[in-house]
Formats: sequence, C-alpha cells, structure tokens
Amino acid sequence: MGKAAKKRPKASAPSRGKGSVESAMAIVRSNPFEVKVNRQKFDILGRKTKNDVGLPGVSRSKAIKKRTQTLLKEYKEKEKTNVFKDKRFGEYNTKISPEEKMIRRFTLERQKNYGKKNIYNLNEDEELTHYGQSLAEIEKLNDIVDSDSDTEERGTLSAELTAAHFGGGGGLLRKKASSGQEDEEEEKPKSRKELIEELIAKSKQEKQVRQSQRESALELTEKLDNDWKEIQTLMARKPPKSERKDKEVEKPKPDEYDMIVRELGFEMKAKPSERMKTEEELAKEEQARLQKLEADRLRRMHGIDEQETKKKSSHVSADDLADGFILDKDDRRLLSYKDGKIHIENEEEEEDKEQEEEGEEEEGEEEEEEGEEEEGGKEDSENDQSEEESAAEDEEDVAADNHSDLESDLESEEEAAGNKEEKKDETTGNESQNMEGLDPKMEAAKAELPYTFAVPESYEKFKSLLAGRTIEQQLTILERIQKCNHPSLAVGNKTKLEKLLGFLFDYIGELANLDLPDLKAIDKLILPLYNLCQMFPEAASGSMKFVLRDAAHDMEEAIEVKGRATFPGLDMLIYLKITSLLFPTSDFWHPVVTPAFIYMSQLLTKCRITTLQDVIKGLFICCLFLEYISLSRRFVPELINFLVGVLHISLPRKQAQGYTVVHPFTPLGKNLELLLVCDKKDLESWQKQNLPLSIVTRLKEASRTEVNHIRLSCLALCFDLIKRCAVLYESLPSFHEIMHPVKILLTQHVPVNEYPEKMQEWYHGALKELESKVKHYTPLICEKKKPVPLKQYTPKIVKVLEFGRKQGCTKKEQERKRLIHKHKREFKGAVREIRKDNQFLARMQLSEIMERDSARKRKVKELLSSLATQEGEWKAMKRKKMKN
Amino acid sequence: VPLPKLYYSLESQQCWQWSSVTRRGDAMVEEGDVEEVLGALRACGRLFGALLERGELFVGRLPAEEAVLAGGGSAEEKYRVWMRHRYNDCVGWLGELMGHGAFQVKELSLCTLMKFVELEAEYPLVKVEWKGSFTFPRELLKVVVDGLIPLNEDASLLISRFQEYMEYDDIRYFVMKAVTESIGQVMQKTKERPLPFYQQNIFSLISPINMPNKELDLVKFMVKQDNRQEWKVSKLQAHKQAFERMWLSFLKHKLPTGIYKKVLVILHDSILPYMNEPTLMIDFLTVAYGIGGAISLLALNGLFILIHQHNLEYPDFYKKLYSLLDPSVYHVKYRARFFHLLDLFLSSSHLPAYLVAAFIKRLSRLALTAPPEALLMVIPFICNLFRRHPACKVLVHRPNGPGDLSEDPYIMEQEELSESRALESSLWELQSLQNHYHPDVAKAAAILNLSLSEIEDDISGLLELSASELFDKEVKKSAATVPLEFEQVRGLFGKKNDIFAEHFSLD
Repeated sequence: MGKAAKKRPKASAPSRGKGSVESAMAIVRSNPFEVKVNRQKFDILGRKTKNDVGLPGVSRSKAIKKRTQTLLKEYKEKEKTNVFKDKRFGEYNTKISPEEKMIRRFTLERQKNYGKKNIYNLNEDEELTHYGQSLAEIEKLNDIVDSDSDTEERGTLSAELTAAHFGGGGGLLRKKASSGQEDEEEEKPKSRKELIEELIAKSKQEKQVRQSQRESALELTEKLDNDWKEIQTLMARKPPKSERKDKEVEKPKPDEYDMIVRELGFEMKAKPSERMKTEEELAKEEQARLQKLEADRLRRMHGIDEQETKKKSSHVSADDLADGFILDKDDRRLLSYKDGKIHIENEEEEEDKEQEEEGEEEEGEEEEEEGEEEEGGKEDSENDQSEEESAAEDEEDVAADNHSDLESDLESEEEAAGNKEEKKDETTGNESQNMEGLDPKMEAAKAELPYTFAVPESYEKFKSLLAGRTIEQQLTILERIQKCNHPSLAVGNKTKLEKLLGFLFDYIGELANLDLPDLKAIDKLILPLYNLCQMFPEAASGSMKFVLRDAAHDMEEAIEVKGRATFPGLDMLIYLKITSLLFPTSDFWHPVVTPAFIYMSQLLTKCRITTLQDVIKGLFICCLFLEYISLSRRFVPELINFLVGVLHISLPRKQAQGYTVVHPFTPLGKNLELLLVCDKKDLESWQKQNLPLSIVTRLKEASRTEVNHIRLSCLALCFDLIKRCAVLYESLPSFHEIMHPVKILLTQHVPVNEYPEKMQEWYHGALKELESKVKHYTPLICEKKKPVPLKQYTPKIVKVLEFGRKQGCTKKEQERKRLIHKHKREFKGAVREIRKDNQFLARMQLSEIMERDSARKRKVKELLSSLATQEGEWKAMKRKKMKN
Repeated sequence: VPLPKLYYSLESQQCWQWSSVTRRGDAMVEEGDVEEVLGALRACGRLFGALLERGELFVGRLPAEEAVLAGGGSAEEKYRVWMRHRYNDCVGWLGELMGHGAFQVKELSLCTLMKFVELEAEYPLVKVEWKGSFTFPRELLKVVVDGLIPLNEDASLLISRFQEYMEYDDIRYFVMKAVTESIGQVMQKTKERPLPFYQQNIFSLISPINMPNKELDLVKFMVKQDNRQEWKVSKLQAHKQAFERMWLSFLKHKLPTGIYKKVLVILHDSILPYMNEPTLMIDFLTVAYGIGGAISLLALNGLFILIHQHNLEYPDFYKKLYSLLDPSVYHVKYRARFFHLLDLFLSSSHLPAYLVAAFIKRLSRLALTAPPEALLMVIPFICNLFRRHPACKVLVHRPNGPGDLSEDPYIMEQEELSESRALESSLWELQSLQNHYHPDVAKAAAILNLSLSEIEDDISGLLELSASELFDKEVKKSAATVPLEFEQVRGLFGKKNDIFAEHFSLD
C-alpha cells in the first residue's frame, strides 16, 4: 500500500512533467545554438512547413535515449539464451478486465490443483466451517467485497508485486518501469472508455430497436394499404358501373366533341407550311443547291477526306438539301419526304377520304379523277416537246425543273419530292389550271389502261404487263406502278419497287439485245429509271454491279476457254452508258463506276478486233471513257492505246515505224486494214454521219460504199476523240510522251491528202490541238517530311492529390508513385537508422573496452602500489633488522 | 459366221489357216471396219502372246522364209520359222494400224504392241550370246515410237495414253533413245524444213517425261532382269545422257514459234536440271534470246540459270535486257515471270546508278501504255529500285536542279544505257499516273511525292495480278452510301455536251 501511496502523487506528474518538458523545449528553442533553421528557397503560399526549424540536440538525445532503452538492452542480452517467459494468464491481454483476469487465474489455479492428491495436504477435502457456514464461502464473499472496494489498487499491487518478486528481468519490467505512471493513468481511461463504449452500445441498441419498430410500422401500413386497396376496388367498382350504365346514353356527345378537340390539337401541332417563295428566291436556292452538289462532287473526285466522311458516316448525297435532318440509312428518300410529310399525310387522308367516298358514292367520280390523271400523262409528253423547243433558253435548268415538277406533281408527287419539294404548293396551284385547259378527247383514247397496278412478281409478269403497249403507255404504266406502290404507303413497297428497278434493268438489256434494238424505247425508259434510282440508290447500284459482274465473268471464262474474248453485245454498251447517267463518274472511288472503269479497260485490252463492228464498239467504249473522265480528267492509257490501234488499222499494211501498237492490235498479221478506204469515189462522196447504234448488232447488208462511209465516219470519230483527249490531258506532265505515238501516226503515216475535205478538217483539228501544247517540264521535288512538332507547354490541368513530384498522371499511377516514393523514403530512413544503431553500438563497445582497460590499469596500479608498499615494508623491516 | 467370232475360234486351229487370216487382216487395214479390226487385234494379241510364252517362235537370226521351207529340216523347225515370220508380219501390221483412223484401233494396237514388248523382253527372240547379257526388244519399241509420232497428224491423244508406260524406267530409257534416233532420221530427210505435226508430237511425247532425281528412284522396270545393278539402264547417268541427247537433237532443228515458247517455258524447270551438262543449252538459249519479243523474255529464265549456276558469261547482258523492254512487256502473258527475273537481275546493289536509272525511266515511260494490273505491280517495283539504289532518287527529288526544261533529257531510243541521260531526268510519267482512273494506281503513284519508307514492298503477290482479280476486288467492296448523279437526264444521250449525240444516232 505504501507503494501505491507513493505512486499516487505521481499520477498528476505527467502534466507537471509535460510542463517542465515544454518549458525546457521553450528554453531550447530560444537558445540559438540549439536551433537549426532550414532555409527555404521559395515561399509557397498554402504550403504547410513542418521542418523549418530543427532541434538537432534534442532529437539526438532523444534517439540516444531510445537506443539505450532498446538497442543497448538487446546488446547486453546478446548471447544470453535464457529468456524470461511470462506465462501468467492474460498478462498481456488488454481485452480482459483485471477482475476477470483474477477470477480466471484463480479458477485455473484451482483446476490445476483439483484432483491432485497432495501428500502434504492432509485435509484437502475437508471443509472448514464457521457457524455452520463454509469458511471458504465467507472468504469468497469477503473477497468480493474487497475487490469491489479497490479494484484498481489490487491490479497495480499485483503488478508491483510481480515486479518486485521476479526482479529486473526482461522488457516487461522495463516497460513497467518506464510506463509506470502511464500505466496507472491508462487504468482510468480504460474504465471510462468502457463506459463510453457501453453508452454507445446502449444507444445503438436503442436505435436498432427504434428502427425495427419503424420498419414493422411501415410494414403494417403497407399491409393496411394493400388491404385497403383490395377493399377499395370492391367498393369503387360498384358505383362507377352503376353510373356508367346511366351515362352510356349521354356519353357519345362529349366523346365526339373530345375527338374534335383533340384532332384540332393535333392539327395545331402540325408544322406550319413554308411561305411561298418568289421566283428569285427559288432560283437562288436552286443555284446554291447546285453549287453545293458540285462542291461535293469535286471533293469526291479528289478522293480527299474519305476517312472524314467515313467518320461522319453521313454521306451528303446529291439531292441533299442540307436541312440537317439526316437519318442513317437512306437519307435521300427520307429527306425528300421529310418536308413533304404533311403533304403526304394529307394525301393519304385525302385518299382515304376518297376511298371512303368511293365506297359510299357512285363510281362516276372516280372516273373523273382518273381522267385527270390521264390528262397528266398526256401532258407529260406534251411537256417533253415543249421542253425540247425551249431547250435554248437561258435558264434551262430552272425551266426544266419547273416542268419536271409539274409533270411529276400531276402523276407522282413522290418523284417530284425527290427533286424539289418547295414548289409543291405552287405547282398544285397550277395543276388545276392546267387540267382545265386539257383536251378531254384524250381520255377516251387511253381508257383501256387500268389505273392501279400491283408490282409484278416476276420478270415474266413484268414483261407481259408491258407487252403490246406503245412506249408512252409503258411509261404511264411504270409511273402508275410507282405511284400505287409508293414506299410511304405500305411497308413492303420498298422491296417491291426495288424489284421493279431490277426488272427495268433487265428489260432495257433485253430491248438492246433485240435483232432490231429498240433504242428509242430505251431512251424513253431512262427517265423512270433515273427516278427509281434516285429513290433506291443501293438497289440500283446492286443491280448494275450484278450486270457488270456477270459480263466480266463471261469475258474471263471466254478468255480461259478460248484464249480470247469478243466484244459484248449492245446491251452492255447501253448499260455502261446508263451507268454514266445514273452515277457520278468523277468520283475518286465509286461502288459502281470503278468496276465499270475496270471492265471497260478490259474490253479495250482483251477483246479481239476482227470486224468493223468491233471497231465501232471499241470506239463507243472510248467515247464512254471520255465521258466518264470528262470532269475528272483522269488518265486512261487504254484509251490512247486503242486510238493508236484504230489509226493503225486505217493505214495500208506495213511495218509500224516509230510507234508500237499493243494488244489487242497487232503490228502485222490478220485483221489489219479494217478501216482502210481506197475507193476514190467513196472518199469523195462521204459525208459525216452519225453512226447508228444498231450497226453494232448487225451490219446491214450494206453496199461497199456504205461500208466505206462508215469506215470514214469511224476515222472521223477517232480524230475527234484524239482532239478531246488532247484537250483533257493537256495538264499532264508527260502529255507529249503519252501522245507521242498518236502524233507520229498523224504526222508521218496518215495519208491526209487522200482524205476528203471534211475529213481533213477533223484531222487538222486533232493535229492542231496536239501541236499547240507547249512542252514544259519541271523537275520533281519530293514533299518535305513534316518536322515532328515540338512539344507544346500548354498548361495541363490535373487534380492535385498531394504536393510533390507525384503529379501529372492518373489516380492509379499517382498512388503507385506515392507508394514508391514512400518506400524509398522509408528505406533511406531505415538505412540511416541502422547506421546510427551501428555507430551507437560501436560507441558502446568502445566505452566498454575503455572501461575495462581503465579498470585493469587501476588494478595493476593497485597491485604495483601494494607491491611497492610491501617492498617498502620489507625494506623497512630489513633496515630495522639491520639497525637492530 | 461373223468374222470376229471366227478369229476367236482360230486360236486353237492349225497354223496353216493363219496365212489367210493375216492376209484378211491386211485387207481389213484398208477396208477399215472398226469392229472387225478390233476383233482381229484381240485375237492376234492373245495368240502371239501365248506363242511367245510357250516359246514356239523361232529364236535367233531369222532365215528367209522360202529358204527354210524349201530346205530340209525338221517340221517343227519349219513351223517355228514360219510362225516367226507371221509374227513379224503381225508386228508390222500393228505398226500400220497405229495410224488408223479410229482411236480405238490405235489404242488397242498400241496396247498389243506394248504387251508384245513386255513378253519379248521376258522371252527374248534373240539368242543370248553369253550369260548375263541384257536383252530388250528395241526394234519392237522403235515400231511403237514411230507409230506414236506420225509426220502429219496430231497424235497427242495416243501419246497421253502411252504416258502410263513411260513410268517404267527401262521403257522411258529406250523410248528416249528411239526418239533421238527418229529425229535424226526424219529431220535429215526434211532438210531444216519444220514439220509442225511431227515436232508437236515429239514435244507432247517428251515434254511430260518425268526424270528420276536419284539413282535409288530407278526401281520400276517393266522387264525384270536378274542382275539389274550392272545393267546400263539402271544408271542415272545413262538416263541423263539419253535425255540430254534427245533434247539436243530436238532443239537442234528449227522449231515452230508455238513449240519454241512451250520449250522455253518448261526449260528451266524440267529440262535443265536433268541434263548432264546444262551448258550445252547455251547455243539454243542465246539464239532464242536474240530472237526478240516474247521468246527473248522466256529465254531469259534459262539464261539466268546458266549465268547463276553454271558460270555463263554473257556480254552486254543488261544492254540486251534493256532493249527487251518494250510496250508489250506489260501486256504479254509472261509478265509475271519476266518481272520476277528483272527484279532478280536488278536486285544487286553493285549496279551503277545510271543503269538503274535508265531502267526506271524506261519502265515508267512504258507504263504510260500499261493496263492497271501491270501498273499496280510496276509502281512498287520502281519504288523498290529506289530503295535499293538511293542514288537514283534524283529522279523524284531534284531540289537544286535547273528550272523548267523544254524537253525530257532522257533519250528513249538510245540503246547505250550510259548515254540515255536518265539521271538528268525526272519521273514525270509517274506523276502523270497520279491522275490514273483506277484509284489504287493513283494512290500508289502518289507515294512518290512522299519520302519512301526503308522497307521494300513485297511485289511477289502483285506479279500475278490479273484484271479480273482487280475487278472482283472492286465489285466486292461495299459502300455505305451510293452517291448519285444529281443532274437529271431525259434520255440516253441527254447529257450536256454529250459526245455520243455528236457521233452516234439511236437508229
């Protein structure tokens, strides 16, 4: 108890001690010799500086102190194997409270001794009693009372006792000694902590209880709600039913009213139609549209920014009005109807109404309507004529467009929508006027044509539909089919019309393959084909590619089997021509045009030239090439080769000099002189004539003169083509090399003087064009490699998580860097610590050695001195004896 | 009795009847009833086959028939001699029948003869003079070979039927000898006048010959000889010699152009490797190289092998190669082979720059008339040349050159490479090709404007490019959208300034 009393005043010591330490620190701090100031290079706002002032002396003494307490101990215990093991139950277990600890220890003690017959314990089993009560129990009771009274002291006491009993061994004692005061302090907070924990636990428990209560309440209410709902439906159902029965009679009126209101509402939502535009505005718009389309075409021609367009994934199509409403797939069709939506809806409504009316009323009215339509059809052809007449007009385009709108409005609004929607209103205004003025007689003439057509299922049906009709009727039929099956009317119509497009392609091919090719009909069919193509570009390109692929494969097969190919029939030539009408041939790459190019090139290089027809076909393809490249001015070597060959076969048979002809022409051998005309009379009587295309399929049983005339026409065509080539290729850097063989042929070999005057004109036209070009060569220079641009130091904004060098990357990376840095720092610190430990140990060892040495010296000295005194005493004794 | 049946029954009949049979047979060669002839053939084949096996034919040098029949001797001896004579008649008869009109007859007589060859080799009709000597019915085989290569008829069908026998090493060997002999005899008579059918037949007979590579491969013999190892026929060296002689004698004479090309096509692959001394081909190849055109291109391959593997020195090789470049190189069938070799010849980095520049310039000049598939090959080819010979890069990059020129300094007509002034020129041709209609060609040519990468393009895949492949590639490309013509047309020739409207009419 005395010790406890001793300790007690110390309990308040820390505050004092702390105070003394603080004051000491203050003293130290104020002492300039103790302070090391870490000078900072820059003052950075917002940065907290921890280590601006260091106290080396203090920290060193701290470190030494710590080492003496830890390292030195270990050093001293080095190579001492006995270890103090504290096996007391729960000595270091902080979780168990001291009382419990004591109880448990006691029980353990009892358990250990239980059943062990101690021979020295005589009356183990006997129970001592006092007044009939067990003494042990009384003791226990006392104990409990005791422990209640001063728990803390008992705990400390035992600790003290153990310390006293077992001496100074081990870290335990050190710990106890060093933290003797703290120990006692900790005792109290622990209980307080426990209290608080208890409090918290209690409140938590209360909370939980409350929550569970609330939950159950919620559940109950929910259940109640459900129940209520069930009941409610039971309750609610009845009254409405009964009411409804009453109301049913009344209701229809308000219903109708509602409907009207709603309809009105919806109508209000419809977009207001655009203001009617004046002529100038329309012209301007048209001009802008064409300019845009042209710019677009140029871009495609140069093949630039293919990637960009791909990225955008929206190809600005030819008829795009750029009103910003683009759907992914078939923008054209959607576009063209987007503005016309209201229109079409109205139409549909009208049609519906009409149908209803038709259902209700007599059919006379229907006839009238159809008559109107027919008039439209009639007017179409009339318009055609009038258009041809007015072809010379300045604003041809605009005029033509107006006309087209007119017609298509009359017959198929949809097509017109493909061209221009803006004028709808205007033209519909005109429509009625026009119709009034039409001749009613025409109605009767075409009365036999049905008015509605289903799209034919197969090509045979399609043909039977058109069989026996005049071409005008065929056109009408086609237009009616289109009108009746417009894609906006039903879902499947799109595929149906796409089929129709395919049939039309086939039909044109068949017409061209007839013995007497019906080219006029084909000419007329181009317009519906163009319109259909505008509606379904994918389908059109698909069927055209299919045709081309078939033809190319046929040719390849022929080459493989027979070793040579022949020119295809007129149908392919027509198809190739149609390609140039339907698709833009100036594109750098085009899904249809590029294969067509390759196919034509194959035709010009692979096909044998054996007859005059072959020459005409070849020249036709040359014309096609020129037309294809008229805008893009691309270079076609095959074209020049072929023209050289054609010139070659117009000469008398002799060795080619100064030029070479390549396949399919041969410098010597068969099939030369195909275009050679020797007959003077024929030469004189020749007039330039347009070559009829039907020649291609069969050369009429023409007289020699006629054949000769055709030959001369071919030659004239060849000269013209050369002239056009010269104009187109003027800009090519090796123009002269390209045209070299042609020039040699023209200047040295062609017998100009024998030709008739007209031919000489053609000849000189070509030659002049060739010779007028200046030779001009500029040495080539590579484009310089673009230098790699320097890194730009534009500020990069990064969220700062921690100051230092760990910035400028992702959070994950930052974390990693931080860890690496931390590790490095710790590592360094550990190394330093170890070094200092070693220094400390060395110092200790040195001091030990010094100590040992000095002790030895001292002992030696002592010995020597004792010896000296002994000697002295002995001498003194001797002297005494001597004296004595 | 129908005749075929008669022949079948004859087998067991007396020999005296045979004279009439053979005579009838002779008559039938002229008459030409196919069924009957076939029957007779089968009968003969079986009969003489049996006789050969039984050894009932006279062996040794055959005496004259009359002399033996008239003279004394055993009846059996007379019978044998007489039978041998009939056999010889039959063989001659079969040889004639190989020129019969009907293929069936030809085929059957061929097979019968080959059966005789096999049997005769086993039961030789020649007296074995000393033990261990080798016998082979060479005369009989000669009859077969002569039948296979008629002078004025295409016998390729029969020859292809004969190919199965050519797999036997001994047959092949003796056929080669026989062919050599035949060529010697026939061409001697014709005095350098080409015989197209004859040479065509020989070519189709000897071109498929499949020579063994190792001596160990010589195992398939039609005739089984006891000590085969010592036989000449089992030596590869002998085979090679026979092969070599045959080809040399064939190529010695003037050939029609078609066969010339065919020979050159297979020369490097199936002739040169099997010759004892390939250098003997030098004369043939140099002549072919000098002819010009496609034949020269083809001869290049054989020459290359000789130069490369057999140390052939060829003066002015590059000059000659340069002169081979004419517009047709891009159009001929053998384009791939030619450019493959050209690539090889120009792959050396020790070639002088002027030479390579001349080649580049000429190739690109000629490219102005080339079809797109050739252009797609030749542009990377030229780029590769630039990479190998950086000194030639002045052709595409001349920063400090003279300003504008009025002429291309390069002289195309100059045959001397060093005087073509190619290094002073620039590749305007490829610049022109940047405007080519085929998008891939235009793109490929546009590379010249940029600085080249270091790694060479692999052109091996491009060499065989054909126009139909190009077409298929383009057709298969799918486009997200199909741009359309925006100018509406009213008719077939309805475009503005339509060329067709000026020159064609829709009649």
